[in-house]
Amino acid sequence: MRVLAAMSGGVDSAVAAARAVDAGHDVVGVHLALSRMPGTLRTGSRGCCTVEDSNDAWRACDKLGIPYYVWDFSERFKEDVVQDFIDEYAAGRTPNPCMRCNERIKFAALLEKAIALGFDAVCTGHYAKVITDADGNPELHRAADWAKDQSYVLGVLTHEQLKHSMFPLADTPSKAEVRAEAEARGLSVAKKPDSHDICFIPDGDTAGWLAEKIEMSDGEILDETGTKVGGHTGSNQFTVGQRRGLKLGTPAADGKPRFVLEIRPKENKVIVGPHALLAIDEIKGIKVSWAGLPITEVATGAEFDCYAQVRAHGDPVPARAFVTGVTADGVTRENLTVTLGEPLRGVAPGQTVVLYQGSRVLGQATIDAARSLARPELP
Amino acid sequence: MYLDHAATTPISAPALAALTSVISRSGNPSSLHGAGRRARATVEASRETIAAAAGAHSTEVIFTSGGTEADNLAVKGLFWSRRDAEPQRTRILVSSVEHAAVQDTVEWLQKHEGAHAVWLPVDANGTVNLAALEAELADGGADSVALISCMWANNEVGTIEPIAEIVALAAAHGIPVHSDAVQAFGSVPVNFKDSGLAAMSISAHKIGGPVGVGALLLGRAVRLTPVQHGGGQERTVRSGTLDTAGIAAFAAAAQDVTGNLAAESQRIAGLRDAIIAAVRAAVPDAVLRGTDPALDPDGRLPGNAHFTFPGCEGDSLLFLLDMAGVESSTGSACTAGVPRPSHVLLAMGLDEDTARGAQRFSLGHTSTPADVDAFVAALPQAHARAKTAGMAAHVSSIQTASTR
Repeated sequence: MRVLAAMSGGVDSAVAAARAVDAGHDVVGVHLALSRMPGTLRTGSRGCCTVEDSNDAWRACDKLGIPYYVWDFSERFKEDVVQDFIDEYAAGRTPNPCMRCNERIKFAALLEKAIALGFDAVCTGHYAKVITDADGNPELHRAADWAKDQSYVLGVLTHEQLKHSMFPLADTPSKAEVRAEAEARGLSVAKKPDSHDICFIPDGDTAGWLAEKIEMSDGEILDETGTKVGGHTGSNQFTVGQRRGLKLGTPAADGKPRFVLEIRPKENKVIVGPHALLAIDEIKGIKVSWAGLPITEVATGAEFDCYAQVRAHGDPVPARAFVTGVTADGVTRENLTVTLGEPLRGVAPGQTVVLYQGSRVLGQATIDAARSLARPELP
Repeated sequence: MYLDHAATTPISAPALAALTSVISRSGNPSSLHGAGRRARATVEASRETIAAAAGAHSTEVIFTSGGTEADNLAVKGLFWSRRDAEPQRTRILVSSVEHAAVQDTVEWLQKHEGAHAVWLPVDANGTVNLAALEAELADGGADSVALISCMWANNEVGTIEPIAEIVALAAAHGIPVHSDAVQAFGSVPVNFKDSGLAAMSISAHKIGGPVGVGALLLGRAVRLTPVQHGGGQERTVRSGTLDTAGIAAFAAAAQDVTGNLAAESQRIAGLRDAIIAAVRAAVPDAVLRGTDPALDPDGRLPGNAHFTFPGCEGDSLLFLLDMAGVESSTGSACTAGVPRPSHVLLAMGLDEDTARGAQRFSLGHTSTPADVDAFVAALPQAHARAKTAGMAAHVSSIQTASTR
């Protein structure tokens, strides 16, 4: 197959490209330029797509004997990922830029360009697996190493996108093996640190970055009884489940830490409370998609057993879910209701809930609301 | 099929012969003993050859590490020396279509050395607007100008600039003019003395010499503040041990290309015109950028064909042609390998979207009719695919959860 290997300059995508070459595919490496003004050198493990990263990807392609190009998706990235990030925070929700990037850039904009230019698939260094069933339909599964598994961030991919995706690292037992393989292949990135956090906020100061982009104003922090316990400089900086950075003047009656329970952007209020009140057991999801063909219960609306995961590396919990159709403006869209078998804490609207059956990703939804069935709403 | 000679061109046979025979000999041309004198003799013979080829006196040849260094030396050196002599001379009049080696240097002087850059506009062909230059010099404007810099021929679209007219306008006010002749020397007739320029940059690897050596032609009476200090070589203007072998190869290349200039430029122009005709036939809506040689045969570099292809991204075309074995360029400088819309095209009045669809095809001494045929064969399919891919970077038709 003609395969376009997306290469970040990191070790995972370099080894993935190498394996695609070994498998006999006709591979071309591409680095996505997502910033109009990339930094020159990688400083630490935050941030990505500096000139140094591009050069690292280039060297890897030299070693593999494959062509290397850099394609500019900075405009699309700014609109679909960065602006979405800002808009979600402004609305009091917690965005998931990595999912948006996979959904709209890596496996949409890049994939479309690749197909137009004659490629059959886009290959990345994600730890995930695509299995094709007997009828040629793709299924998305967890990688062999559940600790490194990244199927969560790929949960938003559709049937069409999965048909053209390739994840050569699927069956690798561990990250250490990938690094060892990179070393054995003579790839200079074998010891390069992984990047984490948000690639377009290199110094990790999300609150500071947001303060420059969203108009924030001072507001109140209230506890679960409605009593004022502190002030903030902008409700949009907070996320549900957050404990740090609250700077509360008044300690809790029990002396225990308080956590963000709710953000109310319209009133510019942040509600905090004890850990116990973070627990929720029902999630309502919108903007639903299925990773491959939907299971039969999607069409029938019947409830089905599954596991729900709300964080990239969080533990899945047993759950029961069902789909309903909601019509608005003449369009019927799927909504998801997930009832958890065990409570989850720190579930923020805007985040993604991914549903699994065994190792298979069924699909995902954006969390619209999360509540505890037993508890009343907060004042 | 290599169609990117404007970027660099294969080393010519005479240059390679000179390079390999001289490199195995050792000797610092600045040393006073026998070995040094032998090296120096080689350098001086080369200097005379290059001077003759460029229409200069041998004392006017300052060897550098290439065109970029020559541009830096000329622009910085002239600015600093002029401003030191007359502090009110802080303005630099420079065309808006210069190579980064001049443009970035001027921008740096503006940011850090108190220079004021005046970017002279160009017309739709990329030709400098002489009236604008005149206006800058009029009514005492000339008194604050340190220097003027305008390239002899543009590296992206091949347009040849009105250097004689620019020098005439400047001479009336005693303003030195520098010209980046890196693309022009060896392609079209270039004579330093006749031009009246104060300084002129040339580069070996654009004319079949090796990478790593070039020269600044510098008038004997011109004061220049050095950039690189040290042992005082090259009239104390440019210190550093000279690359004897590189210089010998440069001289061989210079002699070769200027000796054959008329015949070779005609041959190459024929191939260029064949490419232009082929593109127009295969892609009727492609637009030739830069002076049209059919209308002004002497207004464009003989080896340069540059087009914008509507609805296509230059990098897609480059990729598809590259896969088909045709090596071309988007024509503009890259940061981290990402082609940006060219400042030259933007200065010529194109909008960003149009400028993004640019592709430059340039010919050289190794180009043959077979190269043109291979290009003609590869173009239609490459263009068709590029057009399909064209909008993918801007508008996606793949429906996902967020878009439904």
